Amino acid sequence: MHHIYCPYCEETREEEEYSYTGEAHIERPKDPAAISDEAWADYLFFRSNPRGIHHEMWYHAAGCRRYFNVTRNTQSYQIHETYKMGELPTITAASLDQAAPQGDAS
Amino acid sequence: MKKYSGFSLFKHSLSHHENWQAAWRSPQPKKEYDVIIIGGGGHGLATAYYLAKVHGITNVAVLEKGYLGGGNTARNTTIVRSNYLWDEASKLYDHSLDLWKDLSQDLNYNVMFSQRGVLNLGHTLQDMRDIERRVNANRLNGIDGVVLNTAEVKEIVPVINDSQDIRYPVLGASWQATGGVARHDAVAWGFARGADSFGVDLIQQCEVTDIITEEGAVVGVQTTQGFIGSKKVACVTAGNSGVMAAMVGLRLPIESRPLQALVSEPVKPIIDTVVMSNAVHAYVSQSDKGDLVIGAGTDSYNGYGQRGSFHIVEHTLSAICELFPMFSRVRMNRAWGGVVDTCPDACPIISKTSINGLYFNCGWGTGGFKATPGSGHVFAHTLAHDEAHPFAAPFSLDRFNTGHLIDEHGAAGVAH
Ligand SMILES: Cc1cc2nc3c(=O)[nH]c(=O)nc-3n(C[C@H](O)[C@H](O)[C@H](O)COP(=O)(O)OP(=O)(O)OC[C@H]3O[C@@H](n4cnc5c(N)ncnc54)[C@H](O)[C@@H]3O)c2cc1C
Ligand SMILES: [Zn+2]
Repeated sequence: MHHIYCPYCEETREEEEYSYTGEAHIERPKDPAAISDEAWADYLFFRSNPRGIHHEMWYHAAGCRRYFNVTRNTQSYQIHETYKMGELPTITAASLDQAAPQGDAS
Repeated sequence: MKKYSGFSLFKHSLSHHENWQAAWRSPQPKKEYDVIIIGGGGHGLATAYYLAKVHGITNVAVLEKGYLGGGNTARNTTIVRSNYLWDEASKLYDHSLDLWKDLSQDLNYNVMFSQRGVLNLGHTLQDMRDIERRVNANRLNGIDGVVLNTAEVKEIVPVINDSQDIRYPVLGASWQATGGVARHDAVAWGFARGADSFGVDLIQQCEVTDIITEEGAVVGVQTTQGFIGSKKVACVTAGNSGVMAAMVGLRLPIESRPLQALVSEPVKPIIDTVVMSNAVHAYVSQSDKGDLVIGAGTDSYNGYGQRGSFHIVEHTLSAICELFPMFSRVRMNRAWGGVVDTCPDACPIISKTSINGLYFNCGWGTGGFKATPGSGHVFAHTLAHDEAHPFAAPFSLDRFNTGHLIDEHGAAGVAH
């Protein structure tokens, strides 16, 4: 069970108050009719589904009823940050890679 | 391969069962293979078996990062049925059901396939309408099915709560008498032993860390046991398929989610069929050992942890207790999770990719165990001919571009 901090309510609540609504930062193509079937399918169905850092949307269904973003590790389930709609993550897979001590270079 | 038989059992009893031949070899990987299969679950092993048996392609390696059949194959609740709604899906799953019938003989390995029947319960008027529609579609496709009312369900499962005063009363069910269960480990081991007997190399503790391509074509894989070359690489990696695709810069219409199951302490025979309910997210059967095998729903979020949330289990058990009040005092022994590869239309992907020689068989999500023989059989054809088997063709990746999705949420949903 996740404990998730809602950036609007400014409170940490149990997962059951929220619903998960999928990968974040997917932009709807501005002119759907102008793009190829492949590009439209990519927007609709194809996902990055990483093992590791994932930016995703959650909906505070039993609270403020607002959507917000979460940066979460899909392997360890650690939540790194939550942030409001329209904002960008401060923690990404790349930023964590850089911060990690460089061990065995192989 | 030495055959298993009543006589060999007797013969080996004379030497205290200490001289059985190992079920398969543990070879060192060769430098190059005609086909590399990534993932030694049921589907990967079945693919290797049929590649060798049906197509005579035996210079094949199955690379498994852990041990054979230790993924979802070991973690599933083993329900087998073929009562899917659409023609494409019912053909594929019924093809598999046909193969199940003779599988123990074919493999010379007892997979304990038991056709004890499967009930899919309906709890609302809309459920019952959907069930009628699905059963009619099944019958048109030659798949056995009947619609039962509450009393008929009660006759098959006397311990079910048939009160009409509960939150989700049992209004009826679909019944597929030819459905049932099989022994999950035996399926993996039987296919492994069969594939090995044709000369397929089964290589365990060998994780593929990269897929190597040159000019848009596969040339081999990098593994924890070094580079292994092959011009044909088939990913059969269930929940890890998105990670495999990312190795070559591809994305899949798949999200990986934890799915849980649990078993109770063993009890006397009480339920001799499979009872499933999509609406209340619960299903149950009883294993030959006597434990109640109970399946829950998936967690709502993407996750690669082979465990799930407690509230999902709680939800399932509250439904089980309402359907079977007498189970409320049974203690649960173990719970676990697997990482399932869910697809937007709840149907698998059996497909070539934009990279020459790279194939995927994944997206089986919460319900691929039942398809193990059929999936391996049609995928082997696809690999051997570089062209989809007719039953596999509708399940190509291209369906997401053309819009020919095969929506099986009604028949697949929670019901595995
Ligand atoms: C709790 C639960 C209940 C289920 N109940 C049912 C049911 O009742 N009926 C039903 O039909 N289906 C059910 N399923 C679904 C079913 O288990 C799967 O669809 C099916 O077993 C998938 O088989 P597979 O061989 O493709 O995958 P797996 O058995 O998961 O095999 C994939 C293998 O790939 C290996 N692998 C992954 N990445 C790599 C790598 N990089 N290198 C090397 N190897 C790798 C993994 O270690 C794994 O062994 C259930 C699943 C779960 C989790
Ligand atoms: Zn809130």
